[in-house]
This record gives sequence, C-alpha cells and structure tokens, in this order.
Amino acid sequence: MSQTRSLIDKQGKRTDGRTVEQLREVKMAVGVVKNADGSVFIEFGKNKIIVAVYGPREVHPKHMAQSDRCVLRCRYHMSPFSTDTRKNPAPSRREVEISKVMREALEPALMLEDYPRAAIDVYVEVLQADGGSRCAGISAASVALADAGINMRDLVAACAAGKVDDKIVLDINDTEDKEGGADMPVAYMPHLDEVTLLQLDGILTRDQFNQCFDTAVEGCKMVYEIQKQALMQKYFGNETEVKEEVQ
Amino acid sequence: MSASKRSTIIVEHLRRQQMLDLISVGKRLQGRALDEMRPLEIEVDIIKKANGSAKVKLGDSEVVAGIKVETGEPFEGLENKGALIIQAEVLPIASPHVEPGPPDEDTIELARVVDRGIRESEMLNLDKLVLVPGKIVYTVFVDCSIINTDGNLLDATSYAVVSALLSCKLPVFEIHDGKVVDTGKTQDPPLTTIPVSITQVRIGDTIILDPTAEEEACMNARITITTNSESCYAAIQKGFTGGFTIEQIKKAAETARIKGEQVRAKLQELTNKNG
Repeated sequence: MSQTRSLIDKQGKRTDGRTVEQLREVKMAVGVVKNADGSVFIEFGKNKIIVAVYGPREVHPKHMAQSDRCVLRCRYHMSPFSTDTRKNPAPSRREVEISKVMREALEPALMLEDYPRAAIDVYVEVLQADGGSRCAGISAASVALADAGINMRDLVAACAAGKVDDKIVLDINDTEDKEGGADMPVAYMPHLDEVTLLQLDGILTRDQFNQCFDTAVEGCKMVYEIQKQALMQKYFGNETEVKEEVQ
Repeated sequence: MSASKRSTIIVEHLRRQQMLDLISVGKRLQGRALDEMRPLEIEVDIIKKANGSAKVKLGDSEVVAGIKVETGEPFEGLENKGALIIQAEVLPIASPHVEPGPPDEDTIELARVVDRGIRESEMLNLDKLVLVPGKIVYTVFVDCSIINTDGNLLDATSYAVVSALLSCKLPVFEIHDGKVVDTGKTQDPPLTTIPVSITQVRIGDTIILDPTAEEEACMNARITITTNSESCYAAIQKGFTGGFTIEQIKKAAETARIKGEQVRAKLQELTNKNG
C-alpha cells in the first residue's frame, strides 16, 4: 500500500495524538442489553460496538445440535450508518469471514462440553467503525460471555498492531489502517498463553513481524486488565478493596 | 450466521489413534516427515480460452485456476488501480461431502485468504493496469475450481492462482475515440514478486506441514502464512477453533520462510519456461 502523507510527526505523535505504544481510550459497560443473558457496550477509540449473548439455549434448527457439546454461533454485523459510505445491511463476504474468525477466537476460551445439545449465540453489532472493530468485538464478546455466566477457561483479549511510516505501532486506527503499511489483529488468552486469532495483511520483514506480534500481544494484556475491571465494576462495584481481594 | 461444526470427514477412532501415535514419534500415516510437503505438480496454459490457466495437484488435492481479463470501472477508493478479483468454488465433483449451492463460510474464507496473499504481496502491479485514470481499468478475474479435495486447499489454490498469473498473457486494450478496443495483441503481466502460502496445523502439541483431509479432521488449529520473494511476510490467517502459543507462532513463521523458498523455486521455473 502506498503512503501519501506522514502519519507520525517529528515528536513521535500519531494522527490522533497517541504515542506508538499507546492504546486508544477503551470504555466497557457490562449488562447493557436487558433481554440478553450477557452483554457489553464497548467504546474502543471511536469504535462503538454492542455485543449481546443469548444462551445456553435450545438449538434451532435442531439438526445443528451436537450430542456432546454446545454449538457456538457468532454474527458480526456492521450497521449501515457505521461507515463513511453507507454499508449495505446484507452480510458481506468480509462479515462472513470475520464472524468465522471471531467464533474461532472465542471458542478455545469456552467450556462448550459443559452444555451438550445447547447453543450459545453471540451477536456483535458495530454501530460505529474506526479500525480494529474485530478486535474490539472479540474483547467485548468474551466479557459478555462471562457476564452470561458461561463456564470459561480465560478471557480472550484482542488488539491489533501494525506498521505506519515504517514504524511498528500499537492499536492502529481507521486512518492508519487505510493509509499505513500493515495490520495485524491478534487475540490472546494471557492466562493460558494461547493465541486464538492472528491475521496479517501488509508486508513485514522478519524482525518487523516479531516486533509487531510482540507489540500486539502486549496490547492484548492491556485490554485484559480493562476487561477484568469492567467485570469487577459490574459485580463488585467500585470498591478497590474488594477488587484487590478478588485478584 | 457463523456456527461451529464438526468436520464433515469422519476418521475412524483406531485410525485417528494410529495417526496421533505416529505424530507423537515424529511420523505420519503416509510416511511423510512432519515438515514435508506432498508432491506438487503444476501444469499451465491448459485452458486455451482463458488468458492464463493452471492446474495444480498437491498430493490428491486438485485445483484449476483460470484468468479472464476484461475492462471495467475501478473500485471505489482505488481509482488509479486495475481491479483484481479472486474467487474460489469447491465443485460438487470434488468430494462426497460437497453440495451445490452458494459458498459456505469455509469457501469464502478460502477465497479471501488466497486473495489476501496475492493482493498484499502486490504480485500483480495494479498501478500498471489503468487505461483511463479513474474511469477505465483492466479487470483481472481469477476463478478457482477445486476439483478434488484432500486437505490444504488454501495452499493448493494459492499455488494455482500464482501459477496462472505467472504464465498468463494479458490482452492489450487501447482507447480509440473514447471506446475500448481489443487490439488482439498480448502482453506479459506486470508482476513484481512470487507470493508463497504455507499452511501448518497443530495436532496436539505437534505442528505439521501441508495436512491431508484426514489430518485436518484431527487438527486443533491451523495457520497459513504467505511470504514474498524477499522472504517478508505478506499475509497470515490463523484458522480453526484452537489456538497456538507465542512460541509456536514464531516457529511457524520461520518454517513458512524456509519452506516458502523451496516452493518458490518450483514456481520460478514456470517464469523461466514462459519467458
């Protein structure tokens, strides 16, 4: 991808004023959809995404049911007004692929064998997109699954890193994604040391690859802390003493 | 909606156990080494009606790729670039488990991952495929038909696309009085690099290269890494429901560079023959 303008200034500041190792501001609210078994509203920079989890519940159509485990279903969808030019509401090939990788990123964290013959549905609705929506969606979805009380091995934290002006930067935004050199979304379970999503588009040398991957994993660890805080906030309130005790 | 499903191929319990036992001592059912690819056979220019074509056999996985070149409007946001469209279809003839119909999510992922490797490596220099900037550009369709499946369709399809591009001849279009005219002449495509996709899967704690359908039915996780001629990484896709440790990913990335060069040498022969 050819770059037309400089995306990092002489002081090392990016287009949105961040340093190369800085995450965008992340806000997570748990339990925002009343009817859902678990839900999260996440603001990841300018991304605004709502995730609702329904289940474990009966599987429809019934032939999809598995006798020894739960079926996990995932739908990533962008609202028509979420992007610069209106997005056709029908699911695009991109959305089909993202729904798939999202499901595969979440599945290793879930104890699906605990809910045979049932289904868990994860709905990810992007209200406003700003680059990195799949990572924000995965991070929010894993918190929503925890909020729904699903048995889990770990939370899945996701964050992208990329290459901008030949420098490796954490958590690339929309502008950097479109005009920058490479984008690498990663989902990681810090407690289990397991990478559950890894994609790359754009050219990276061997050293850049290693640096970019390490940067993204560090970003995942930052997101992990925010996820834990969000859950703690809902279930234990704001009391720091309780928080420390739980940790 | 994307739903988790079991592999359509069922591997008998005893055979699965035999496979796992062998893998744990560094062997495989067909006697291959863990990091050994199946034989790769490439035939190019098999469809004379196409502007370029290739048939690739990777073990028993078999893919035909054909290139058709037309002119059309550029994509939005990419006004000064030719259009490249890569699609794939697993034909119903390919296995007893395939049914005709719209592509399922596995096929969509297959086409998108193959596309990503070719596109991100900038194998085809799309800047050179513009007739009237912002208005008329070359549109290069690469359609892949999978005619037999035995695992690792990602790599087989990617090699078919690369082989077809390496051996194709593009028609020369010109603009006369504002209209597109096919001059009847042909030109070499503007190629910059040879991307090579390498797929590895994890079965238990062991990583193996180029899985068969049977091995895919037993895999825990998959990773596809595409490198370019400079051995830089151009595209990656982790797939399937399991994960990898950080160490496993870094090792897989190294393997993709080394194995990628071996496959690239084979693909390079096509250009030498062609040129």
